[in-house]
Amino acid sequence: MRLDQHPILSFDRGKPITFTFDGKPVNANEGESIAAALHAAGYKTLSHSLKLGRPRGFFCAIGKCSSCMMQVNGIPNVKTCMVLAEEGMDVRTQHGWGELKNKPSSRTYPRREMPLLETDVAVVGAGPAGLSAAIYASKFGAKVLVFEENTKVGGQLIKQTHMFFGSRDHHAGVRGIDIGDKLISQLGDNVEIMTETPVVGYYAPGELAVIRDHRLHRVRAKKIIVATGASENMLALPNNDLPGVYGAGAVQTLMNVYGVLPGKRMLMVGAGNIGVIVAYQALQAGVDVAAVVEALPVIGAYQVHASKLRRCGVPILTRHTIQTTWGDGQVEGATIVRLDDNWRQIPGTEQDIACDTICLSVGLKPTVEIFFQAGCSMAKIPELGGDIPIRNEFMETSVEGLYVAGDASSIEEASSAMLEGRLAGLDAVEKLKGSSDELQELKNHVKESLDELRAGPFGEKIRQGEKKLQEEASRL
Amino acid sequence: MSSYLNQGYLDIEDITVPTEERFAKGAVAVIECVQNIPCNPCTDACPRKAITIEGSINNIPNIDFDLCNGCGICVAQCPGLAIFLIDKTFGEETATIGMPYEFLPLPEKGEEVTLLDRAGNECGRGRVTNVRNTKAMDRTPVVFLEVDKDAAMRVRFFRRDSK
Ligand SMILES: Cc1cc2nc3c(=O)[nH]c(=O)nc-3n(C[C@H](O)[C@H](O)[C@H](O)COP(=O)(O)OP(=O)(O)OC[C@H]3O[C@@H](n4cnc5c(N)ncnc54)[C@H](O)[C@@H]3O)c2cc1C
Ligand code: SF4
Ligand code: SF4
Ligand code: FES
Repeated sequence: MRLDQHPILSFDRGKPITFTFDGKPVNANEGESIAAALHAAGYKTLSHSLKLGRPRGFFCAIGKCSSCMMQVNGIPNVKTCMVLAEEGMDVRTQHGWGELKNKPSSRTYPRREMPLLETDVAVVGAGPAGLSAAIYASKFGAKVLVFEENTKVGGQLIKQTHMFFGSRDHHAGVRGIDIGDKLISQLGDNVEIMTETPVVGYYAPGELAVIRDHRLHRVRAKKIIVATGASENMLALPNNDLPGVYGAGAVQTLMNVYGVLPGKRMLMVGAGNIGVIVAYQALQAGVDVAAVVEALPVIGAYQVHASKLRRCGVPILTRHTIQTTWGDGQVEGATIVRLDDNWRQIPGTEQDIACDTICLSVGLKPTVEIFFQAGCSMAKIPELGGDIPIRNEFMETSVEGLYVAGDASSIEEASSAMLEGRLAGLDAVEKLKGSSDELQELKNHVKESLDELRAGPFGEKIRQGEKKLQEEASRL
Repeated sequence: MSSYLNQGYLDIEDITVPTEERFAKGAVAVIECVQNIPCNPCTDACPRKAITIEGSINNIPNIDFDLCNGCGICVAQCPGLAIFLIDKTFGEETATIGMPYEFLPLPEKGEEVTLLDRAGNECGRGRVTNVRNTKAMDRTPVVFLEVDKDAAMRVRFFRRDSK
């Protein structure tokens, strides 16, 4: 189901196209991902699990979980949430591992013919952190290449219809969707952004492998800033793999990027800011939100976010959790249950909720594969989201010249992601092109702003995490 | 523990309410934002500088009800949708409440609607007196509802009949 109107967004739908799904024609619009177009046409099952053949739908919608893999034009294991639908495409449900028809021989890509891209600074990820890094590195003269896996630039900002918090200096009061455009307009001439270009590996120091136009490219960069963001956590519960159980970010992507309704009635799990904001955005799109359940005794979201949802009549049930979800081939409902003070389910308090969508908003985890591959010293810091690379105050990891910024360095928010990106960009360019008073002043200013942002009670967790991180760093 | 932490909405005791004397002078903004969060667009929004946040951006906003002239600019600028414009001088028995409303379709002037309180519970009927929606408000229209005077600090949302 496609939305024809939305209070915040206008969807300029692309040219109508038709592709086939298991031989059946599907109407879509240019610019829609295959997974979004299939969802709009009512197809939620995209694949089947390898061992038990259980139906699978998408979960993250940002290329991070692989549950949407299908066979497209004969090629198996295509992440259909990241590939745009095209006229005449042959899309098929994949059974098993998938098989390549024309197996490439080792001679298909001889190494000497692998195209080489050279730059001063390579940025991985064009979210608020990556874009800010690019702006500031280029401002002081570095040539910057930004690699972005998605078809669109802006990271998580492209689906955030709400006005942002923070201070005016960091675009507070501006809608997330408009912040991305503001950042893009600040990019210098010496920045090039390559979309649909995932970075797939870190090799020799200063070398990355990227895929562009179906070809492997080598990237050689003097400094590398990785701002790959985060992925959503799953929740262990019976039938959590049923199509219709989605991450909150995926629901946002469907509604706010593609204008496709995730379902008719939703249960939200998790009352942090993201859960509460996405529940509100679902109402705006016309989805009925049955309730928000939260295992903690308190609501984690800001009071103002919770209040705007409550006055619409949506209950937020603290000390409640989802016990199971059920349905024939896709979600038809969920059972929720109350928890006692020791987090045990209280028998007899089960309640069935009819819904076709279950939205999980139970935390994010930094996307850090590149740092592991590069051999960075890592630390497990729950306050910052889990495994993260140990870094210094200017975001440089233990591998010289390799930086981290944004959600990949700690799960926080866009304002801090932008500040961290600036810091990394400034430090990288300082080392490449030399320092100046202006640069030093900016660096100090950015650091102060970061500290100020984290000064309040909601910054407590981050401050603790940062402390632990510094302890880890001093042990290196 | 403050009750808003598990119920999600504020009780009237949590909110700084203008005096009846101030209410009698005309429209005034009421800010329902009581937590230390890193946010401050309201302070820039007010042309009369009636809203201030002392020191850290994490402090809560204060409003000087005597400086506020009820222009309503701040209502559409607050990312928390937490500011309401109350005018207890609207009628003999009635007041108006201006509230941010980011939903479609927008109600029509004169339309009767079901009133909702902070918890989303129904609390009577009211009438739409105005819908402000300028370009500067950037897609956060403000809907004004006429309600019984004694409901002015209770009603915070509404539901349209035709759905
Ligand atoms: C519902 C919701 C509400 C939010 N509300 C607020 C708010 O009010 N205020 C606020 O400040 N913050 C808010 N945030 C948080 C904010 O959106 C994130 O913290 C911020 O987007 C993080 O920025 P980032 O650049 O680190 O990561 P992202 O925005 O996630 O960007 C990472 C980018 O990297 C790309 N990428 C990943 N891996 C690769 C690879 N291997 N190769 C190439 N590209 C890759 C991704 O495609 C993506 O574009 C909210 C988040 C959500 C989900
Ligand atoms: S109503 Fe007008 S004068 Fe009053 S606080 Fe808001 S912006 Fe300022
Ligand atoms: S802008 Fe709104 S949410 Fe932000 S501090 Fe001011 S009143 Fe609170
Ligand atoms: S990778 Fe496509 S849904 Fe997660």
